Amino acid sequence: MFPELNNLLNTTPDQAEQGKLTLLCDAKTDGSFLVHHFLSFYLKANCKVCFVALIQSFSHYNIVGQKLGVSLTTARECGQLVFLEGLKSAVDIFFRPQEDPHPLQFLREANSGNLQPLYEFVQEALKPMDSGEAAWRCPVLLVDDLSVLLSLGVGAVAVLDFVHYCRATVCREQKGNVVALVHDSGDAEDEENDILLNGLGHQSHLILRAEGLATGFCKDVHGQLRILWRRPSQPTAQRDRSLTYQYKIQDKNVSFFAKGMSPAVL
Amino acid sequence: MAAAATCGTGTRSTGSVVVAASRNNVTSFQRRGPRASGTDSGCSRLVSIAGTRPSVRNGQLLVSTGLPALDQLLGGGLAVGTVLLIEEDKYNIYSPLLFKYFLAEGIVTGHTLLVASAKEDPADILQELPAPLLDDNCKKECDEDICNHKTESNIKMKIAWRYQLLPKMEARPVSSSRFGHYYDVSKRIPQELIEASKWHGFFLPEKISSTLNVEPCSLNHGYIKLLQFIQNIIYEEGFDGSNPQKKQKNILRIGIQNLGSPLWGDDICWTENCDSSHSLTKFLYMLRGLLRTSLSACIITVPTHLIQNKAIIARVTNLSDTVVGLESFIGSEKETNPLYKDYHGLIHIRQIPQLNNLIYDVSDVKDLAFKLKRKLFTIERLHLPPDLSDTVSRSSKQDLAESAKLLGPGCGMTARGKKHLDF
Repeated sequence: MFPELNNLLNTTPDQAEQGKLTLLCDAKTDGSFLVHHFLSFYLKANCKVCFVALIQSFSHYNIVGQKLGVSLTTARECGQLVFLEGLKSAVDIFFRPQEDPHPLQFLREANSGNLQPLYEFVQEALKPMDSGEAAWRCPVLLVDDLSVLLSLGVGAVAVLDFVHYCRATVCREQKGNVVALVHDSGDAEDEENDILLNGLGHQSHLILRAEGLATGFCKDVHGQLRILWRRPSQPTAQRDRSLTYQYKIQDKNVSFFAKGMSPAVL
Repeated sequence: MAAAATCGTGTRSTGSVVVAASRNNVTSFQRRGPRASGTDSGCSRLVSIAGTRPSVRNGQLLVSTGLPALDQLLGGGLAVGTVLLIEEDKYNIYSPLLFKYFLAEGIVTGHTLLVASAKEDPADILQELPAPLLDDNCKKECDEDICNHKTESNIKMKIAWRYQLLPKMEARPVSSSRFGHYYDVSKRIPQELIEASKWHGFFLPEKISSTLNVEPCSLNHGYIKLLQFIQNIIYEEGFDGSNPQKKQKNILRIGIQNLGSPLWGDDICWTENCDSSHSLTKFLYMLRGLLRTSLSACIITVPTHLIQNKAIIARVTNLSDTVVGLESFIGSEKETNPLYKDYHGLIHIRQIPQLNNLIYDVSDVKDLAFKLKRKLFTIERLHLPPDLSDTVSRSSKQDLAESAKLLGPGCGMTARGKKHLDF
């Protein structure tokens, strides 16, 4: 986790909020550093995490996690982390078909399937243990990322249904959190992606949007982060609070600063 | 996969020290085995594989793409387990060259090849690979050894007599353990190199004629066959570590030509609202899954200029690791532009993966152009030609200024903005 981002979001691992949906979004840049941040944040906050990692392998997250101070292998062994490695499971299910339902069953179906097996996997992974083991703080579902489900043939409505079911179970019932990453295609006119992004944008409590700079590539400032706090259940009588910061990604940390206040410029 | 690669750095350096110690026999200094250098728990000692090297930044195992200039732009080479996507130029003249360089590099370093095409027979593709340019010293010694073999006598060295004790260097013109070679496009690769190499071919018209008993899936039939073929080769030859008795680890280089074109049965290049719009993206996802769990690297050329639906291009880019776009000047108005008169086209590095890292190497140069000289394919930074006119000719200056505006809108993987001002 990045301490500066914690300061900006006004949270610490001890006081993590509960029952929230956080939407991570990136436009014209790579927002995966936000995923690494939230993964290490919730592991340090002693929460039970179910990570649905669809685009990278386990070792990738593990190596970056070690730089940020968490060990995913130990977390997985002691049961704090349930890791669904999408790439490996997809190869298994595609080449060696199994009878029992697999979370990524939709890959074998001809027309756009639904994500019910995946939801059941999440539900099973995050259900509260009542056998007297070490109690974790709150369950967290982390998905990286939802846009790749659209590329695999699932419709935008099915993905929204899946997120809705997960929210009902994880956020409402179990007072946990859901964090998901969606790519913003921008001017690529991806209608399904826009439906997904807008739908999730209206449901989420916190939106973190990583964008490129309006002026193009810069070596010292890698992009701009927009933070938007929302209250989806209450009518928007007051304006939602929004802040914009610029960031630079380093080897083990990401530094944030106000617009135009990059140390390289001052 | 990558965790094992980080130990490779340690193994390589200690290996060379041990060899030097045994040669001298002067000291009795014996370095301890590289057990001390292994930091990750449970990582196996990766014996260094020919033609690969660990990345400077994060120890990731890299292979050469066949073009040392491109290797440098990609941060040292192509990472093992990733896909290099080449967006073809308009008339498909220069992208086959990059494809052939990749395969030729595989033959020279002794990697196994898998060539898949729907247009040409893989055997024909291999015949047309460029010939490697070996060291001139190596070639000369080879020639001289043949003619002076008999006249070599024990000429005692008077000055550098220590060197006489060393074994004579043997000229090995075929196998090379260097990383990144140069190729001569005007010559064909020698037949004996092809015969000495191990390769598998997938020619779509041959494979698809067999009857299919595959359950209906939204993937194209040709893609399913190709995926099964690749998975078969990986499993049978042990590239995914399934045969632990294999003595020597090797890299599998996969080359797929013109993926997404109508020859593969895909219709994304015909219409905007296509039925099987998810075939190509699903294929790329499964391919990524196969590559991440095996010691292989893949090059794919896709005719993205034909794809009607821009959303599919964005999805294809997101599902590939490294994306390089070629834009040739043939047939476009840029051919007569004085700004570009020395070059044949522009090359855009659209995406570089961040593997096992938060950041990646970003080269400062965003405007790159390529040129196919008589023998070599070079990539250079695009320079504005010097303004050497005697009189101030306004029209030519305006042309240059307008062309300069076209540069660099698609620059940078970290951020792309609406305007083109770069700091």
